[in-house]
Amino acid sequence: MAILINRDTKLITVGFTGKQGTFHSLQSRDYGTNFVGGVTPGKGGTIHEGFPVFNTVTEAVAKSGANAAMIMVPPPFAADSILECIDAKMPLVICITEGIPITDMIRVKKAISGSETRLIGPNCPGVITPGECKIGIMPGHIHMPGRIGVISRSGTLTYEAVFQLTQREIGQSTCVGIGGDPVNGTNFIDMLELFEQDPDTDGVIMIGEIGGSAEADAARWIQKNMSKPVVSFIAGASAPTGKRMGHAGAIIGGSDDTAEAKFRILEECGIAISKSPADLGVVMEKLLKERGLLK
Amino acid sequence: MNVHEYQAKSIMRKFGIALLKGKTAKSVDEAVKAAEEMGGKVWVVKAQIHAGGRGKGGGVKLAKSIDEVRKYASEILGMTLVTHQTGPEGKLVNTLLIEEGCEIDHEYYVGIVLDRATGRVTMMASIDGGMDIEKVAKETPEKIIKGAIDPAVGFTPYVGRKLAHGMGMTGDTVKKASKFMKALYDLYMESDCTIAEINPLVTTKSGDVLALDAKLNFDDNALFRHPDIEEMRDISEESEKELEATKYGLNYISLDGSIGCMVNGAGLAMGTMDIIELKGGSPANFLDVGGAATKETVQKAFEIILSDANVKCILVNIFGGIMKCDIIANGVVGAAKDLGIKVPLVVRLEGTNVALGKKILNESGLDIIAAEDLGDAADKAVKAAKEA
Repeated sequence: MAILINRDTKLITVGFTGKQGTFHSLQSRDYGTNFVGGVTPGKGGTIHEGFPVFNTVTEAVAKSGANAAMIMVPPPFAADSILECIDAKMPLVICITEGIPITDMIRVKKAISGSETRLIGPNCPGVITPGECKIGIMPGHIHMPGRIGVISRSGTLTYEAVFQLTQREIGQSTCVGIGGDPVNGTNFIDMLELFEQDPDTDGVIMIGEIGGSAEADAARWIQKNMSKPVVSFIAGASAPTGKRMGHAGAIIGGSDDTAEAKFRILEECGIAISKSPADLGVVMEKLLKERGLLK
Repeated sequence: MNVHEYQAKSIMRKFGIALLKGKTAKSVDEAVKAAEEMGGKVWVVKAQIHAGGRGKGGGVKLAKSIDEVRKYASEILGMTLVTHQTGPEGKLVNTLLIEEGCEIDHEYYVGIVLDRATGRVTMMASIDGGMDIEKVAKETPEKIIKGAIDPAVGFTPYVGRKLAHGMGMTGDTVKKASKFMKALYDLYMESDCTIAEINPLVTTKSGDVLALDAKLNFDDNALFRHPDIEEMRDISEESEKELEATKYGLNYISLDGSIGCMVNGAGLAMGTMDIIELKGGSPANFLDVGGAATKETVQKAFEIILSDANVKCILVNIFGGIMKCDIIANGVVGAAKDLGIKVPLVVRLEGTNVALGKKILNESGLDIIAAEDLGDAADKAVKAAKEA
């Protein structure tokens, strides 16, 4: 079952014929994703790497039956591509592009609300349901099918957490990168809700960062609504105030968005924390054993 | 990207925001000439650096005669101004803004920021302007009025009225303040700001509503569509090493520890710094090599890390996704040969093409401390830095 994507997902890539678009589309296909074609304006009607290319997302949906889109369009044009997907009523849009202007995302966020589209990202590694479907730029081989969900604002830290789980032979149901930008399509709570409802997920690793209140909001939501164990790490305990740590969203603004404050709120809400990014797997293993979910 | 007050004001003028007359000066003579040309009886001499708290640091003076303009301009130009935002090393003042004076009736605060929780822009206003707004927010939160703005609707008059009345304004001042706020919102959205802050916004005895100070920050990701703003970049205000890193697509921030870090991905780079501190060490920098690094950029990254004399050990932590481990390995080998890395080098590779990467390192004959995983890498780096 897992969440968001599975064997039945039909993927198109917007920005398919570019170098990155081509590479990661084919990687997804090789992993087993049901990849059905791509969109590059002006190249409609051609065949690229054996797949049909369409001029518009609406045309791609009508002719290929796609129900998920991966966006690999350069930052100045990426927001427009997301809006095009919303217009085409694409159910799931995963935007990998890093560096989209914030005001563009403010408008996208407004357009998404009340629409039929769920947006993951931007500035994220994508989504993978191990053994079934990979949409994004993550290395597929480190994953293993199983029953733990992973949600993260950071790409490489997601890989780190997945790797630690796989090393312990703890598989993953679905891993979701929600992205490191200040305005994104999906937050932690949206994903936690899906994992809580998913009969094939036993527990969740949630990886946050300094900046914003998304982790604190998620912590309070978990305390009220979540029966499954959650393990959390917040990156940036060592980051100085006022400096943007790579991600546009990772900047400490006030006293409540430091790693220390977020760890404190998580603990107050009864959530297991790992102060070290190297211990996420160990802490999850321990929790699962305590609950009899792992021998 | 940050700009100076005088640059922020030049942008504000284009949006019709009310300001006092002002001129920049790079010498004492220019300052005197500017004051004479503007006329009047009172002038304000203001240091132009990218930091707040200039007044407290002695960088803003009220001159009541041309002689005083000359005196203050000669004092402030060339001084190293230290404020709570500059750090102890301070910042050299190269430029002054000479502004006409005005008779202030009251000082307010108006600012615009992004509310990440809603993905909307929020305007904040307070009757307590001219002071540290974070302090006001903490001690008297009821004195800060907020108005969220729907991006599809834009700034509508009621938001202006709500904020102006909320600040205790009445009559004609409400209209003027509302007009001011609308112009500031338009500037924020059209110029791709990340912060627009007017502290203080003042009402004058003659009934005007003006911006006395102005702070604008811009979204780096949107500068491609604002070449006029990009042109305002003052590289003397930015760290040389950080600028150099940016040229190569590297994201580098200098810190004051002893373990140089080279990592791919912002989250893992922060996580690596965190685990170094947990194990009792201290990171010398944040460095994200990004997903598009080449052998050359990896070598450049080493060059930048090694230019920091405090670095006693380097930790390379790569989890290959888009980034391939063999590219990093080739960069490490190239850097070691060209630069002669004399400090211990701890390397942890995982992910895409890891076997090839490890093979390149093993066959290089370099003295590399290989690490099994993230925890092991941090342990080894902290130990090496302590022994160095």
